[in-house]
Amino acid sequence: MRFPLFPDQASTLAPKVDELYFGLTLLSAIMMAIIFLPMLYFLYKYRRGNKVDRSPLRIPLWKIEVTWTVIPLLIVFGFYTWAADIFFDQERPPAEAMDITVIGKQWMWKIQHPEGNREINELHVPTGRAVRLIMTSQDVIHSFFLPAFRVKQDVLPGRYVTEWFQPTKVGTYHLFCAEYCGTSHSGMVGHVIVMEPADYEEWLRVGKPAETMAQSGERLFRELGCSGCHMGNSQIRAPRLEGLFGKPVPLADGQIVMADEKYIRDSILLPQSQIAAGYAPVMPTFAGHISEEELLQLLLYIKSLGLKQPEETR
Amino acid sequence: MNETEAVPVPAPAEVEENYLSAGHTVRSWLLTTDHKRIGLLYLFSIIFFFAIAAVAAAIMRLELLTPPGDLVLSATYNKLFTLHGVIMVWFFLIPSIPNVLGNFLIPMMIGARDVAFPKLNLLSWYLFMAGGLLALHAIIVGGVDTGWTFYTPYSSRYSNTHTVEMALGIFLSGFASILTGLNFIITVHEMRAPGLTWFRLPLFIWSHYATSLILVLATPVLAITLLLMMLERIWGLGIFDPRLGGDPVLFQHLFWFYSHPAVYIMILPSMAVVSELIPCFSRKRIFGYKFIAFASMAIAVLGFVVWGHHMFVSGQSVYAGMIFSILSFIVAIPSGIKVFNWTATLHRGSISFETPMLYALGFIGLFSLGGLTGLFLAALAVDVHVTDTYFVVAHFHYIMVGGTVLAFMGGIHFWWPKITGRMYPEKLGQLAALVTFIGFNLTFFPQFVMGYLGMPRRYHAYAPEFQIYHVLSTAGATILGVGYLLPVIYLLWSLRHGKKAGANPWGATGLEWQTPSPPPVHNFAEVPRVTGEPYDYSPQEEEKKAEDDHA
Repeated sequence: MRFPLFPDQASTLAPKVDELYFGLTLLSAIMMAIIFLPMLYFLYKYRRGNKVDRSPLRIPLWKIEVTWTVIPLLIVFGFYTWAADIFFDQERPPAEAMDITVIGKQWMWKIQHPEGNREINELHVPTGRAVRLIMTSQDVIHSFFLPAFRVKQDVLPGRYVTEWFQPTKVGTYHLFCAEYCGTSHSGMVGHVIVMEPADYEEWLRVGKPAETMAQSGERLFRELGCSGCHMGNSQIRAPRLEGLFGKPVPLADGQIVMADEKYIRDSILLPQSQIAAGYAPVMPTFAGHISEEELLQLLLYIKSLGLKQPEETR
Repeated sequence: MNETEAVPVPAPAEVEENYLSAGHTVRSWLLTTDHKRIGLLYLFSIIFFFAIAAVAAAIMRLELLTPPGDLVLSATYNKLFTLHGVIMVWFFLIPSIPNVLGNFLIPMMIGARDVAFPKLNLLSWYLFMAGGLLALHAIIVGGVDTGWTFYTPYSSRYSNTHTVEMALGIFLSGFASILTGLNFIITVHEMRAPGLTWFRLPLFIWSHYATSLILVLATPVLAITLLLMMLERIWGLGIFDPRLGGDPVLFQHLFWFYSHPAVYIMILPSMAVVSELIPCFSRKRIFGYKFIAFASMAIAVLGFVVWGHHMFVSGQSVYAGMIFSILSFIVAIPSGIKVFNWTATLHRGSISFETPMLYALGFIGLFSLGGLTGLFLAALAVDVHVTDTYFVVAHFHYIMVGGTVLAFMGGIHFWWPKITGRMYPEKLGQLAALVTFIGFNLTFFPQFVMGYLGMPRRYHAYAPEFQIYHVLSTAGATILGVGYLLPVIYLLWSLRHGKKAGANPWGATGLEWQTPSPPPVHNFAEVPRVTGEPYDYSPQEEEKKAEDDHA
């Protein structure tokens, strides 16, 4: 049996979290020393029957109390700032991050790369690039935990959450479901396989399916009839989707929302909840007609349209 | 010792009827309204529930000796940790100190004959038992596999187990909590003896007062949350399930709005006990009385605004996470103040090391480590990595077992002579305290290491590199089991064979020590009158006495 003390450091985040962890460990050790060295000394010196001075001290109480209230307070503010700073960066994926989609279900992880490659309970990623996972659950709450990267995010049904990391070290590391999800919770595990970028490209090429995710999405866009209104010279006026993604959208009620993953998802499943300004609320809901997987493919297609300019404004 | 003008008439204890000899029928126990007897009813009940939950823990620790799931099925394992959590939290920890020691001692410490509402007090026990038996029934007919946290939509849609019945059991026992809390608040306000002003109250009372506020204010939220979960499960009312238009994270907000303050329901009463033990066995007035009293109140108040630290990776907003993080750091401060004041109390004391003192010192050690590892969990970036791992499991066991259980054991030993009129065997007591301390640390310290290593909690099977820590933990649990069994044996033995205790075997201050042991039915022959401050100990006098005894 081995005695490992720390997980591998395989992401840009891992050393930062470990530094903070060491900092907190050191603080704890110092605090324990400050409390227990005097305590043990008192217990020994003032044991009953030992002949020592026991007359009461004459120091103002409030000075002592204020000291051991204020100093720890300042210390914890320091640690708060340190920890929140790392966390804040961790919650904002860089713009150039590559997207990979993850669907959790009892009890497996289904992953699809934008190139169309699918995997189950395995995630292949290259070193040196930020990876952003777009995740959702088909049933209960799961949690995507990669200890070697020091990242974890609960994966919720009914909405998208994201988690990002930048791998630094080639290797195979644990993937765990960290939120209890039922009978085989401890079997909902797998691996993240970090590869050199060239190896990753090769891996993508070898397993390349017929369609990329955006191409699957484009096919769905036609099959489900979305294109009938949202493209070409349609009879019914519906917003064009080119150039939409990542832009602010004015709504009929005067609000302005960002066209992000959540907005696209809600617009497909709950079309009446947010009506784009200037359009009639005529879109039917696709809830129940479309799987989480197809929804993600549509999303990536619409996202890919975001790079194009709408024809009218050209 | 509190100066009292009207010392109870020292009638011979054998002649005067005490609360135990006042009736020997089952009826005299089941229909009692005596706070002391109700305290004992609670004692028997929670030990019964503790034993069940401890057996579940033992089976889990055996299962975890090896990486594959080979002793029990995963479905069984999931039911075991649910059982362990539900029973330990609601049917042992929450009622442990308040309902046993609090019930027994609060009226005596304030010089009252009983609590303000003796019948409500008995009703509280019946509600508690009804809830407990319902939960037990849910376990016997098949169990529940949601974990004690009942996260939706798993609990409200996907689990195929007896969720509703279990939740109903907890729901009922919640009303027992509310009634007890209400009773304590009114008792402390209305029934203090003449001269017993707020700042003359023992800190035991202050801490229980703070606990009662939480019991009354937080428990209704648990009741509402569980009710909504049950309604969703039974009638498909869409509250938490996204398929019905609900929000699963809302459940977590509501659940932790109760369950984080509930942590303080468990720890404040243990601080109450320790604040009595430390001054008594160091023969010194407690250091910083008012600061400890206000720290209890600060914990009760701040405890209500930190629930979001259970949810840093749940999908709540980044900014909410940052606010909850700073508040969680701040809530550590009043606990720190208490630890510093207890340590300072030892300075220039006259310290002896009887069993209750050993438990109290053990408490300070384990609670400090539990509190400091709480800072790791308040620190956002580290929490993301360790939440839902064994690091969290280790942390809350340091607080709940290292803290609450050790203080409970210390309190039981300290007040055992008062409760039963008999002394326990001192050497065995000290041995058990030591065994418990060692067993506890061996069980739970390795879990910090394996948590940071990435071992997720609630795992029936695990990766081989975690095994060494599980083996250590199981070995520790075995020792801890011995530490729990020893007192059960010698305390039962002492009921018949223990030395007669007398009214005040520890030479302690406090009104409860000025009446015979076991106390008479109405606690005091005459209502005591308080003219001095609490913890009126003198280390110098104690030394002089020790010297005289030697001479």
